[in-house]
Amino acid sequence: MRLDTALGLEDRRGPLAIIVKTVLYGGMVIVFTGPLVGLLVSAFGETLDPTGFSIVPDGFTLKNFFRAGEMGVYGYLLNSFVVVGFGLLLQMLVSVFAAYSLARKKFRGMTIVLLIMLATMMLPEEVIIIPLSVVLADVPPFHLDLIGSYAGMILPVGAWGFSILVMTEFMKEVPVELEEAAHIDGAGELRTFFTIILPLCRPALGVIGVFGFTMIWDQYLLPLIVATESSQWTLPIALRSLRADEESGIGVLLAASLLALLPSIIAFLIFQRQFMRGLTSGAIKG
Amino acid sequence: MTTTLPSGPTPRQGPGRRSGTLTAWLFLAPALLLFLYFKFIPMFEGLRMSFFEVRPYLGDEWVGTDNYRTILSDGAFVSAMWHSTALALGTTVGSLVLGLLLALLIEGKARYLWFVRTAAFLPVVTTMAAVAEVWRIMYHPGDTGMLNTIIGWLGIGPQPFLASEDSSLLSIMGMGIWRGTPYDMMIFLAGLVGVDRTLYEAAAVDGASTWRRLRHVTLPALRPVFWILFTLAAIRGLRVFVEVYVLTNGGPNGSSEVLMTLIYKLGLQRGDLGVAAAGSIVLFVATLLLTLLVQFLRRRQPK
Repeated sequence: MRLDTALGLEDRRGPLAIIVKTVLYGGMVIVFTGPLVGLLVSAFGETLDPTGFSIVPDGFTLKNFFRAGEMGVYGYLLNSFVVVGFGLLLQMLVSVFAAYSLARKKFRGMTIVLLIMLATMMLPEEVIIIPLSVVLADVPPFHLDLIGSYAGMILPVGAWGFSILVMTEFMKEVPVELEEAAHIDGAGELRTFFTIILPLCRPALGVIGVFGFTMIWDQYLLPLIVATESSQWTLPIALRSLRADEESGIGVLLAASLLALLPSIIAFLIFQRQFMRGLTSGAIKG
Repeated sequence: MTTTLPSGPTPRQGPGRRSGTLTAWLFLAPALLLFLYFKFIPMFEGLRMSFFEVRPYLGDEWVGTDNYRTILSDGAFVSAMWHSTALALGTTVGSLVLGLLLALLIEGKARYLWFVRTAAFLPVVTTMAAVAEVWRIMYHPGDTGMLNTIIGWLGIGPQPFLASEDSSLLSIMGMGIWRGTPYDMMIFLAGLVGVDRTLYEAAAVDGASTWRRLRHVTLPALRPVFWILFTLAAIRGLRVFVEVYVLTNGGPNGSSEVLMTLIYKLGLQRGDLGVAAAGSIVLFVATLLLTLLVQFLRRRQPK
């Protein structure tokens, strides 16, 4: 007798087992995706009233998305994309640079640097949000005011301990010999890095890319303290202001929520394998 | 890519050791600078602010521990602490129990199981603010609201959900469990892969029931995963902000006010930055104590 799972449920094939499994798995799918399907259906539906929210379609219309345009939703979406685009680029560059150093170089103070990385991961960003709003208004030593600018939403997410550590673990696996061969051939430090190391790290770049994307896209408190006018809002923080609209009821809110959800869901579906890998490596290793 | 070259102490080629150290620090510099400016300076600034009355343009005034005294004797802050704790505990335990149960039920290699897992995992990657708006609509208190319609089929009368002081916190918890369960489920599944299969077979040879096998083989193997998930989720629960801000903004009548929504209101809406900073430090100390407590309990567990 072979036992591959704890409950052995997969191997039960009787009619009763099939019914039970269908109900169970069907129920799971409905419970966990129901609200999302409901959002998809209702955003394209004619519903004006919260009580009409349902997973059963009631017609198909694009008017919520047109009305969303009139209320500036696409501007908020653009802000979100600018922040996530530059933020992710910065975050990935910073991570690969730092990881290269941590995985490849031996130098005094490395243990301290690793401790610093871990400390930043232990420090919840919510805890420092109040002083961060003060620091962003007057960045030493130049007295820069980043409040009300994209930079204020981008720079604070530029370094993320999680990506650096995931990348470091991965780079340790890349064979050192390749790099040494490049050095012998006379390639400089930066050239070796970009032509030898980075291409080998593609799988890990997928992991930190998809995690970084969802992390930055989901930022809420940071844009909330940085944006001073509604034209600077990112989509997640703009949603609250779209709740009540005389003309379209909850329609615009639903359309905007759908637009806020789709990018991370699409990113997840495309990079699923990388996502699961990062998830288990991040959680199991703590 | 797995060519095995003779290993052993290979002499390092290339530039000398000192310039190697310099490049190392240069490669690290962007990360360290960003951490310094946006993590460490704010942290120390927060600590400093918590002992001052912060007055922009006028200069800060040293007030000693007054901010802490103010906040710890404030009834709203104390009840926010209890709400945060209850919310963190409820969401954590609910997600862990459900996540473990679902992981056991869905373990296996079949293709359709992979589909169910992927579908069930979607809540985890969703944007919190958007999904909270959806839940706010589903929690519509009228008897034609979506969730009230569903519980109506089960013969339960309409509930006020977010609109009542008695159920607002529980309703937020419900959404938190919906979003937290698939995450825990996935990590438990990864843990289940690592369980020694020969132990299952040995248990079967000994005639052990499924329940005994579960209790003596599977669950002990999952213990480390359980502790990690518990710590992560409890800390995340204590600092919860977005869900509460979107769903109720602390209402009705403060019944779902948590630490972060209160700190946000104190600091950025009322402008009482010093007191808000003190509140943040209290929250930080709470998460620190929680982490240490869990580590302590974990060490004391019999192996």
